[in-house]
Amino acid sequence: MATGVEERPVRIVDAPLAPPAENLGLLSVFKRRYLLKLLVQREISGRYSNSMLGVFWSYINPLTQFLVYWLFMGKIMGADHGMDNYPVHLFAGLVIVHFFTETFGAGTRSLLGNKGLLKKMAMPKEMFPVASMLVSLYHLVPAALILLVVCVFSGWQPSWETIPSLLLALGIVMALGTALALIFSLANVFFRDFGSVVNIVTNYIRFGVPMMYPFSMIQDALGDKSWIYLLNPIADAVLLFQQAFWVGVTPNPEATATKHLPENLWVFGLVAFGASLVILVIAQLIFSKHENKIPERLT
Amino acid sequence: MSADSIVVDGVTKNFTLRYHRSIKDITVAKIKGQAVSNTFKALDDISFTIKQGESVGLMGLNGSGKSTLLKLISGVMRPDQGVVKTRGQIAGLIATGAGFHPQLSGRENIFLNAAIYGLSEDETAAIYDDVVRFAELGDHLNSPVGNYSSGQYSRLGFSVAVHIDSDIFLADEVLAVGDKPFKKKCMEKMEEIRDSGRTVVYVSHAAGSVKRMCDRVICLEKGRLVFDGDVDEGIEYLHYGEDDAKGSAKLKQLEAADSALGAEV
Repeated sequence: MATGVEERPVRIVDAPLAPPAENLGLLSVFKRRYLLKLLVQREISGRYSNSMLGVFWSYINPLTQFLVYWLFMGKIMGADHGMDNYPVHLFAGLVIVHFFTETFGAGTRSLLGNKGLLKKMAMPKEMFPVASMLVSLYHLVPAALILLVVCVFSGWQPSWETIPSLLLALGIVMALGTALALIFSLANVFFRDFGSVVNIVTNYIRFGVPMMYPFSMIQDALGDKSWIYLLNPIADAVLLFQQAFWVGVTPNPEATATKHLPENLWVFGLVAFGASLVILVIAQLIFSKHENKIPERLT
Repeated sequence: MSADSIVVDGVTKNFTLRYHRSIKDITVAKIKGQAVSNTFKALDDISFTIKQGESVGLMGLNGSGKSTLLKLISGVMRPDQGVVKTRGQIAGLIATGAGFHPQLSGRENIFLNAAIYGLSEDETAAIYDDVVRFAELGDHLNSPVGNYSSGQYSRLGFSVAVHIDSDIFLADEVLAVGDKPFKKKCMEKMEEIRDSGRTVVYVSHAAGSVKRMCDRVICLEKGRLVFDGDVDEGIEYLHYGEDDAKGSAKLKQLEAADSALGAEV
């Protein structure tokens, strides 16, 4: 042969012999922040591409929901129970609930929506559910700012609990949202049915959290057993949001907190956060076990 | 002799073919006694070792498992049994196209593609001009990749892949699309890669280009490794391995591919 191996220079590769594209799951995702950043940017510009109103849909959706709930639930059906500043209660709940449902929904579609990349390139597949969560977090910012402005104009009195409550609520939703996005995006690759399950869960979430009605209504209905309601991490996150924003805009915050918030909200909040982290670890284990079947199932 | 670059040891990959997906379909099939699904071995107990700096041609008919093998080497897929190990950075094209996002522009896709290979923003910026020049896409670079022709699409993918400083370069039927001047350019670029001491795995049906590029040939047939050795013998094996009509069809295919390419390059 004209060109033998020996005739050419051989590059010395200073790397171990290892399985290609070794994946440490979520750890790899955070090691490769630049790629994650590009995917998040792509998702932000891509989610509303070819739509006239573009990113405004991110505001229109929660805003119209707000109007419908405020009008029908609050005014007509009387779910506001004569609460002080009911619109803030409703909107604060909507902001955090929308963050969760958007993460869940977009995360579930994330693997299927990126099959062009996944079938050809080796990369940590967890990138896509995580990117969906971060995009939803990005969309939360303007809504949270509106909420902040509304609070300030309603005579808001923040307390020491405001910032920790806000962070804990976000932590719960980020961890649980990512966990569910991982599992459901994976399941959705194998059976498209899971995309529909998301809609059902989303509906239940909207009614299963103290957003349209006060938590005191649940206490009246369940009495001693109202802790069952608090097993839902999203309900805890919403209550923490109420503690951060709504309680401070009522005329008598202390009385409001006593009446409308559970006694051990911090305990429930921290337990919910811990449980969400455990669920996230389990989700990662399930994802790692089945992810190698993803490329061949993406058709 | 140089160090091992790619080690494939006892690798098997099964694919599940699903006939039925919904519960209704599955129930009906069960009642009728039909198979609900069946698996087939895309790769069956494949073992070989490629040394750093070797240039290996991977040949076989369509559906013989070449692209699946390349996907296992690149890490897109994992083997069901056996081990694949590689050393260093891998770049290349799988099944004629790169992984691009149709909504993003060519420019944005270059950065995304390079980031998937593990390049930083600065590293990508450093090769960006070369990538653009090589791809020769002109103004199309700012329009979404979804509007590209298949030729333009593979140009861009190939251009990104060859400008990554990889230790292992995978090329899967890169010359199947693209016009003749570009094919020539691709061949030259791949020879440059090979001559710089990088490992090359080259999938092609064109015996001429394999002869020119490679110093070893691995042949697959229905997921099995049927030949591993000298280039001329390997091509011979594919030509005359079977002396029935199938064999001569194979021969014709190879010759046609050659005439499409060989005259040019």
